[in-house]
Amino acid sequence: MIKKERHVLVVFPHPDDEAFGVSGTIASYREMGVPVTYACLTLGEMGRNLGNPPFANRETLPQIRKEELQKACEAMGLEDLRMMGFRDKTIEFEDDEKMVQLITDLIDETNPSLVITFYPGLAVHPDHDATARAVVRAVRRIPETERPALYTLAFANNTVEVLGQPDIIHDVSAMADKKLATLKAHASQTVWMMRETEKKLAAQDPETLKWLNNERFYSYQWSNDFE
Amino acid sequence: MKKVRPDHLQELITSFANKDVYIHLETTNGSYATHLNEGFFNAGAFIRNIVVKYELGKVAGDSPHRIGLKLPSGWIYAQGITHYKLDEHGRLLMAGLDSDGKLAVALEISETPFTY
Repeated sequence: MIKKERHVLVVFPHPDDEAFGVSGTIASYREMGVPVTYACLTLGEMGRNLGNPPFANRETLPQIRKEELQKACEAMGLEDLRMMGFRDKTIEFEDDEKMVQLITDLIDETNPSLVITFYPGLAVHPDHDATARAVVRAVRRIPETERPALYTLAFANNTVEVLGQPDIIHDVSAMADKKLATLKAHASQTVWMMRETEKKLAAQDPETLKWLNNERFYSYQWSNDFE
Repeated sequence: MKKVRPDHLQELITSFANKDVYIHLETTNGSYATHLNEGFFNAGAFIRNIVVKYELGKVAGDSPHRIGLKLPSGWIYAQGITHYKLDEHGRLLMAGLDSDGKLAVALEISETPFTY
């Protein structure tokens, strides 16, 4: 059961961050008529994957990933995409307060009832963790009674040790086609993975089906704040 | 990008010598290397839009090649270069792609700045 929201704000640093674990959720909200804003901080300029065989190079990759991101948003039915213009790998080196302000401005403008991002410190990529820190700090500044809900994604190897099991589970099985279309839209990054995934889906691999049909989040616990 | 033809790449590198040029130099294992293989020591570096003037540039070794640029008081060096391209903006893009096609090293030379 996916709870209806007033407005959902999704914040990730890289095109495709939304595809793996949130695209079914975003597509569900859009079908429910819930407005979704996706702020994507970079264009994944420093990605190692250039297609296989390579169809991109270091300098053409940003434009290609921008187009892939736009296609992915179309696949999810998402209309409010914000490309924030930062460079891949550099988020943690930006001024921390500037990043908090950027998120605060997005929250003030969109007035979300739910914000979705990574969990700080358990999101593996330094850009993921830096983005998560900025979002948590921005939401923390909002008086408790007015705060939007905050759903976070964590996938570091020690996640279950630290946070236990996710408490929010969305059944997105009805969105499977849109989720796969979103992943495929990010062709430069996912072509390797999708070949494997489609084989596993054809074989009804239980783990892959579970991943496709369920999206799992940790609702952020202010009583167990990361800092 | 095409597989390096050393003679052609050498000509291109020489054509940028003794001019002010912008450099992008990068090595990477990807940000997930330690996540996928715990214990892997992930190291990498990049610089972008640094202006230099080199007096001599060479392609060395069989593929993957090594590239060295001799500066008046220093060096730029990249190992593992497999592919190259002179793009439509006249920029010389060189990269080392591993067996999966993933970028491991990049060295790029341009007379105009690279985007941000």
